[in-house]
Amino acid sequence: MTVNGAAPATTSTGGTGARAGSPVQIRDVDIRFGEFVAVRGANLDIAAGELVCLLGPSGCGKSTLLNAVAGFVRPAAGEVTCAGSPVTGPDVSRGVVFQSAEALFPWLTVRQNVAFGPQMRGVPKAQREAVVDRYLAMVGLAHSAERFPEQLSGGMRQRAQLARVLANDPSVVLMDEPFGALDAQTRLVMQVELDRIWRETGATIVFVTHDIGEAILLGDRIVTMTAGPSAAIKNVYRCDLPRPRDLTDPTCAALFRELREDIGAEVARTLRAQGLDEGHDGRPGGAHPDAAAQDGRPGRDDRTEGR
Amino acid sequence: MTVEAPTVPDRTRRAAAPGPRRNRWPRLTRIGLSVLSVALGVLIWDLVSRNYTAFFLPSPRLTLDGAVELVRDGTLWDSVSASSTRILTGWLLGVLVGVPMGLLMGCVPWLRLMLDPYIQFFRFVPPIAFVTLAIIWLGPGEASKVALIFYTTVFIVALNTLAGVLSVNEIRMRAARALGAGPVRSLVSVVLPSTVPHVVTGARLAMGNSFLTIVSAEIVAAQSGLGSLIWTARNYAKTEWVFVGIIALGLLGYLFDWILRLVTGRTLRRYGVTF
Repeated sequence: MTVNGAAPATTSTGGTGARAGSPVQIRDVDIRFGEFVAVRGANLDIAAGELVCLLGPSGCGKSTLLNAVAGFVRPAAGEVTCAGSPVTGPDVSRGVVFQSAEALFPWLTVRQNVAFGPQMRGVPKAQREAVVDRYLAMVGLAHSAERFPEQLSGGMRQRAQLARVLANDPSVVLMDEPFGALDAQTRLVMQVELDRIWRETGATIVFVTHDIGEAILLGDRIVTMTAGPSAAIKNVYRCDLPRPRDLTDPTCAALFRELREDIGAEVARTLRAQGLDEGHDGRPGGAHPDAAAQDGRPGRDDRTEGR
Repeated sequence: MTVEAPTVPDRTRRAAAPGPRRNRWPRLTRIGLSVLSVALGVLIWDLVSRNYTAFFLPSPRLTLDGAVELVRDGTLWDSVSASSTRILTGWLLGVLVGVPMGLLMGCVPWLRLMLDPYIQFFRFVPPIAFVTLAIIWLGPGEASKVALIFYTTVFIVALNTLAGVLSVNEIRMRAARALGAGPVRSLVSVVLPSTVPHVVTGARLAMGNSFLTIVSAEIVAAQSGLGSLIWTARNYAKTEWVFVGIIALGLLGYLFDWILRLVTGRTLRRYGVTF
C-alpha cells in the first residue's frame, strides 16, 4: 500500500465527473523563512478530481506547503504549477477554506459572502444568484442565506466557507485543517458532508489535517510528512476503499495503524529533538484509549479517534 | 442533511454583549439616577452661590433668567448655529479627507513612512497654537475656524483609520485575494469595511476635540458663536451668560455625540459598530 513519495502519482480514482486539465504540480519545492527551512524538496502531483490529504504532526510544514500552492508563500526553490501555469500569487484558480471562520466577511450575509467571488470576477447578477443558490443548497445553508456569519455555528461557518470557494469554480480547493476548530461531533458530520459534496461536484481537493481518521475517511491518497524543520514528503498512501468509509472496517483499521506508526515516528523524533522522550514511539497498542477500535472490534463507532 | 443549530439565536447578540455590564439595572432606574444626580448638582450649585456675589458665581435661577434673555433676543440660537455650522463643516471635511488618508497610509508603506514624521509632529501641536496663523492666513471669517476644526479632525481620523488598516485580519485578506479580489477591490471590499469601527471611534474623538477648538478660535476672533458669547459676556459683567454658554456647549456636544452614536449604531452595525 505504501508508495514512495517520489513516485509519480497514478490517477483516476474517486470523484465522479472529475474536471479535466486541473492538476496541481509541486516540483522540488523548498520553502524558507529567512534562515529557517520549513519545507525541503517537496514533490507531489495532484490529479483532477482527486482528494489528497496532507497528514502530519502539527508544525510539520503541511500548512506551509498548502500556502505555497495557494500562492500566499513563495517557494525559495522549485515551482508550483496549477492548470499548467506557474503559481505566482493567490488567484481564483485555487480556492482556500481556512481553519478560522474569521476568513468570512462578517459584514456580509452568508449569501453575500458566497457571492463575493463571482462578483469579483464580474459574473452577471442573475447567473451569480443561480450559482450562489446552488452551492448554498449543496452545503445545506439555503435557510441561513440571509444571516450573518456571527449568527452561525462553527460547522455552519465552515459550510459557508466551502460554498464560497465552490461558487468561484476553482481548479482546486485547498482546505487548511478546516474542521480543526470544530467539536468532535460536528467534525464527524462535516467529514461525511465533505465526502458527499466532493463526490457531487467532482472537485479537486487538497486537504490538510493532523487527524489520521479524518485523512482515511476522506483521502484518495494520504501524503505523510516528516517532522519539521526541513519537512519533506515522507510517504504516499493510496486509499481506494469504497465511500462513505467506516473507520471500524478492518482495512481502514489496518491503514490507521500504519499511518499512526508513520506519524508517530515523526512525533517521537520531534519530542526527542525537544529533549522530551515520553516513550511515544508510535507503536500501536500504547497509551491510546482508542487502540481497541483500531483492531476492528465491533460495537465502537467512534470515528474521530487517534487524536 | 443535518444543519447544526446556530449557537447564536439572533442578530441581537453583538448589541447585547455588553449587556450584563451596562444594563444591570432597568432603564427607568438608570434614567432616574441620572436625573437625581443632575438635580443634586444644581442644588449644590444653588447653595454655594448664596455665599457669593452674582458676578462671582451666579445662581441657577439667575443663569436661567440669563438664558431666557439670550433666547428671547436670538443671541443663543445664533451662537449655537454659528458654532454648530463651523464644527460640522470642519469635522465633515476632516473625516472625508482623514479616512482616505489613513487608508492610503495603511496600504502604501512608503507613503506611511513619509507622512509619519509630520503626523507625529503635529499630533502634539494643539489647534489653539494655530489660531493666530489661521487668522493671518485665512482672515477672521469662517474659513479660519473651519480650517482649525478640520486640522483637529483630520489627524485623529487618519491615525485611527490607519490603526484599523494595520489590524485587518490577514486571513480575511488572503481569503479575498484567493477569491479574485485585486489590490484595489480588496481595499474597497475588505479593508474599508474592516476599518469602519476604527473610523467611527476616530470621528467621535474628533468631534469632542472640535468643541475644544471652536471655543478658543471663537474667543480670539469671532462676532458670533458660543465662544464669542462667553467672551463678550465679560464686557457686560454678565457672568450668568458665561454659564449659559458653557451649559449650551456641554449639551450641544452631548447631543452631537448622541446623534453620531445613534446613526452609526443603526446604519453600521453589520461592520461591528455598537454602542
